[in-house]
Amino acid sequence: MSTIFGIPTPALYGQILIGLINGSFYAMLSLGLAVIFGLLRVINFAHGAQYMLGAFAAYLLLTYLGIGYWPALILAPVIVGAVAIVIERFMLRRLYGLDPLYGLLLTFGLALIMEGAFRHWFGAAGKPYAPPAQLTGAVNLGFMFMPIYRGWVVIASLVVCIGTWLLIEKTRLGAYLRSATENATLVQAFGVNVPLLLTLTYGLGAALAALAGVLAAPIYQVSPLMGTNLIIIVFAVVVVGGMGSILGAIVTGYVLGVLEGLTKVFYPEASSIVIFVIMAIVLLVRPAGLFGREE
Amino acid sequence: MAVGTQYLAEQPKLRTTSLVIGGIALAALLAAPFFLYPIFLMSILCFALFACAFNLLIGYVGLLSFGHAAFFGGAAYFTAHAVKVWGWEPLAGILLGVAGAAGLGLVIGFLAIRRQGIYFSMITLALSQMFAFICLQVPFTHGEDGIQGVPRGHLLGVVDLNEPLAMYYVTLAIFLFGVFAIWRIVNSPFGNILKAIRENERRAISLGYRVDRYKLGAFVMSAALAGLAGGTKAIVFQFATLTDVQWQMSGEVILMTLLGGIGTMIGPIVGGGLVIALQNYLAAYDFPVTVLIGIIFVICVLLFRRGIVGEILELMKRKAKGAA
Repeated sequence: MSTIFGIPTPALYGQILIGLINGSFYAMLSLGLAVIFGLLRVINFAHGAQYMLGAFAAYLLLTYLGIGYWPALILAPVIVGAVAIVIERFMLRRLYGLDPLYGLLLTFGLALIMEGAFRHWFGAAGKPYAPPAQLTGAVNLGFMFMPIYRGWVVIASLVVCIGTWLLIEKTRLGAYLRSATENATLVQAFGVNVPLLLTLTYGLGAALAALAGVLAAPIYQVSPLMGTNLIIIVFAVVVVGGMGSILGAIVTGYVLGVLEGLTKVFYPEASSIVIFVIMAIVLLVRPAGLFGREE
Repeated sequence: MAVGTQYLAEQPKLRTTSLVIGGIALAALLAAPFFLYPIFLMSILCFALFACAFNLLIGYVGLLSFGHAAFFGGAAYFTAHAVKVWGWEPLAGILLGVAGAAGLGLVIGFLAIRRQGIYFSMITLALSQMFAFICLQVPFTHGEDGIQGVPRGHLLGVVDLNEPLAMYYVTLAIFLFGVFAIWRIVNSPFGNILKAIRENERRAISLGYRVDRYKLGAFVMSAALAGLAGGTKAIVFQFATLTDVQWQMSGEVILMTLLGGIGTMIGPIVGGGLVIALQNYLAAYDFPVTVLIGIIFVICVLLFRRGIVGEILELMKRKAKGAA
């Protein structure tokens, strides 16, 4: 068996793949956070809970209505996005113009409510969710066996990330969004319905989180706490990448995921803290973040 | 997040009133263990002090730390270890907890003050989560079990702390000391500079203050006082566990402060008492505490951002204005 630095290569590739998958989720979630923050100036603490809601929506659709993975991939984001729109309309909207910390505190409270409720109803234990029949099994890549579902998640997340990036950078809607980020009052004066834009943006961000949740359901178990533990890591990812750039958020997510996977191979004890350590180093060297700009 | 209320100090009449209220409160605290469970009261005192320490940062510097559990729970671990394994005298153990929390505060604060506003909150949250992971892995904290069976021992070798009343009055003394220290800090020239930074950081810089040093100083003090609360809690409850270092605890202390009134002297004490009493009450029911905490958060943020004490003070202020 071949080795690199004394590590058997299949183990190395395996961990890189796991890192890539974790990175896919970091990228999708930090992307959503960055989109929401860019326009609403709100750090959406409920992002993790919305990701959890997405996974649970898929699980509940399957268990109670017999609706499978593929429809859930569309339905769960729509449901969670709709809930988010209600939240934006009736709660977040009241906080615009106030200190952004209040938005953080409100969404933190909402995250606690969602998590607490689901924990109360479903218990803390994880629930299994089988991948769809078309994506089970593994494929031999020559240097390693790759479970098809995992490959699908990496590709799907790349498509989602690039699609969102294109939406924001290349479409008219994206242009409105970016200009409203720069100067909302002026854009409104041009006749763009900025409040509606804010609502849609929050809904879209939450829907992205839910989509990530559905993708995650067959890999990680569906559990009420799956979101918050992840969102804290994603916060660190966002601090490293800086929220000024959408592309920066995506790249940082994947890179940090892979670095975390590699740490698992070479120094497993540190794998749970490596992203935080990287964050600390970045703060020392480049406080604004790798892709960030000083505000 | 500037909702500080300096009103009391400016109004002689209100000042007398507040002295009277303070006196009544002190008498009530002294008499309380004869009417209520001392352990319940001590729990309130520890968390109220924790909230006051947290409020020093958010209320008077405008920094929202989402990682104060690291100082509270970290100090609990240090104190518990020193007292149980090294056989230290309890007060020395608590002081070690304070020193440890201050050291942690220096490291986390040094990194976190490099960014402002919302980033500051995210960084403190991430670093405290890292500390929680470390606590899970290093051997001296005993992972999921925590440090159990910490002996209360004898204060300065004399006072037997296994006696509930003695433990209560010692806790009360520590609490009063902590609150007094915060009051002194807030009403010192140093505290005034902190408030200037809170109101307008750029102006403070332009006036020649090294804002970062003041922020870091306040951060370390807040961490040390949170450590005082955590170390005391470890002696009172005789254990230190992961619960105290996790993000939920950071969230709870934010809630206590927000509910009572950010930037008020007694708000965090009221908020801490209410939240602990509520948790105590809910323990008998099936209703999930987390959900309730979340609901209170949402209500506070949407409806009364000044907190209970803050709203009352605002009301008094308006009345006084109307009368004048």
